[in-house]
Amino acid sequence: MSTFLQYLIYGLQLGSVYALLALGYTMVYGIVGMINFAHGDFLMIGALGTFFIAKLFTSFNIDGTYPMLIVAVIILIAMLGTGAIGVGVEAIAYRPLRNKPRMIALITAVGVSMFLENFPRALPFIGPNPRSFPTLFKTVRYSFLGASITSTQIIMISLAAVVMVGLYLLVNKSKIGAQMRAVSMDKDAAALMGINVNRVISITFFIGGALAAVAGICYASVYPQVEVYMGSWLGTKSFIAAVLGGIGDIRGAMLGGFIMGISEIFATAVNSTFGYAVGFIILIVILLVKPAGIMGKLTKEKV
Amino acid sequence: MNWKKLLKTAYPAAIVVAIYLLTILLLKGGLLNKYYIQVMMFAGINIMMTASLNLVNGFTGQFCIGHAGFMSLGAYGAAIITTMVFDGKNIPVLAQTPVFLLGLLVGGCVAAFVGALIGLPSLKLKGDYLAIVTLAFGEIVRAILRLIKPIGAARGMIGIPNYSTLAWILLFVTLTLYLLKNLIYSPYGRAFIAIRDNEIAADVMGIDTTKYKITAFCIAAFIAGVAGGLYAHLLAFIQPDSFSFVKSSDFLVFMYAGGSGSLTGSIVGAALLTVLPEVLRFLSEWRIAVYAVVLVVVMLYRSDGLVGGKELPFMRIRRGELYEEPLFARKGAKKSPSAQDR
Repeated sequence: MSTFLQYLIYGLQLGSVYALLALGYTMVYGIVGMINFAHGDFLMIGALGTFFIAKLFTSFNIDGTYPMLIVAVIILIAMLGTGAIGVGVEAIAYRPLRNKPRMIALITAVGVSMFLENFPRALPFIGPNPRSFPTLFKTVRYSFLGASITSTQIIMISLAAVVMVGLYLLVNKSKIGAQMRAVSMDKDAAALMGINVNRVISITFFIGGALAAVAGICYASVYPQVEVYMGSWLGTKSFIAAVLGGIGDIRGAMLGGFIMGISEIFATAVNSTFGYAVGFIILIVILLVKPAGIMGKLTKEKV
Repeated sequence: MNWKKLLKTAYPAAIVVAIYLLTILLLKGGLLNKYYIQVMMFAGINIMMTASLNLVNGFTGQFCIGHAGFMSLGAYGAAIITTMVFDGKNIPVLAQTPVFLLGLLVGGCVAAFVGALIGLPSLKLKGDYLAIVTLAFGEIVRAILRLIKPIGAARGMIGIPNYSTLAWILLFVTLTLYLLKNLIYSPYGRAFIAIRDNEIAADVMGIDTTKYKITAFCIAAFIAGVAGGLYAHLLAFIQPDSFSFVKSSDFLVFMYAGGSGSLTGSIVGAALLTVLPEVLRFLSEWRIAVYAVVLVVVMLYRSDGLVGGKELPFMRIRRGELYEEPLFARKGAKKSPSAQDR
């Protein structure tokens, strides 16, 4: 029982990383209709950026950890920075291709992803070597029904939850959320209704980037190593999670992320390679039963 | 058969022979070294992979983004035959060729069989969802290969005899392109293109879309399997992780950078983009970053690919021989909304 609970905690924590990334995939897909393969690299930029921002704030560092307020500032700067990079990538690489076949944008995304991984790798002060991520909080270990949970885990899981709830409210209750939903339904009609489509898409990429930064911090706080390639396979898995839940649907992305995370942890307990593959197997099974994912609506093609 | 016609049909083959002889001459003359030859051989394998991917993605309008999975099946299938069944290093020279060909055939057939299995979900799934299933398929194949102990699990297979020579690879590239060219101009190819342009319309016109989609998958998988076999016998070492999603996305990049729906595009894309990173070696660690920038710029300014959906004269069947005009040689005309654009 305690082992089960322990795995569940790890699963929730990995799942929250996947869910945060999957949200970025699903929002971009829902609004622009493209698969942004570079999204995983936003996570890497967020984590790597946090590493350097935390270095800037070294003077506040008290025996290896930072005060709460400074941590909040660091996370905020990382979110804003990664979001800005997301907006920049969209403006430079994706916007000119918006009316081209979707696969073209996808290939461009592969190129962007290669650039985002290999440009920092070539920069002398970053380089290919993994770095150990700074401990942002003091780690306190609590025991709960025989399983142990650290304060970092609690903070990270709750941070992810808060961000997700915030996003859900933003999309469903706010004015910009209404605009996003309108653009995702019909770009042209939304433009005719006076919605600035470019602005909405930029905001979507900004939110996606900011969420990826949070995911990066969550991931790196628990597996404290950052390197330039960390985003690629995390990105692929989160993308799978987004499809699993029904791509384009926000609740689906969260659900898919947690399914992926929890199943991966439990399967890794059996065998590490199986742990890697289990997500893909679940995906195929679910898509064979529900071709549009768990929450996705299958749109009938009009003739 | 008159000489003119023979010349017309034979000159592409003559070009390949000329390339081969020229390379050998330059090698003997000391202008080329083994490294260039190896890059050429990799380019050849990549052309096979890209052209076969083009059959599925460019001509049939399906999305396969796990093509390296088929390649790995072919590589392992062929390597098991030559290394484990026949002990390739110790068999007499005369027997090497048949064993090698048998290995490639088995590799291709394994991949084609699995291709048919993957083709089946395309009955139910469309567009991006199919793409994800093929991605997942590629990763599952990799995971399974990592688990099988007799073939080296995650460490991979070593000691594969290096049977792949430039001559073999050129021969297989030529055969692949010849097969694909004739396929595309056959009734089958017309059906593939019809499915790409509008699946529902094709269905209504009486085309058995399921059958043709699975056929396309099978043929592409077979070619990818053979290419994988060649790859295994070129490197003499294979491991599951060299056939990851990164490899699949390489082929996608080659294909779309060259131009989808064009075999010439696949040749140009695969050859240029295989050579480019090698040319950029002097940039050392900046190499891949520069390559990525080149790729993005190409996609931004030549979205239809480098050759833009056109074909070289010998890659299409000439006017008057079969049809008045090749249907997909788009002459600057905007393509009608196809399955790809939706």
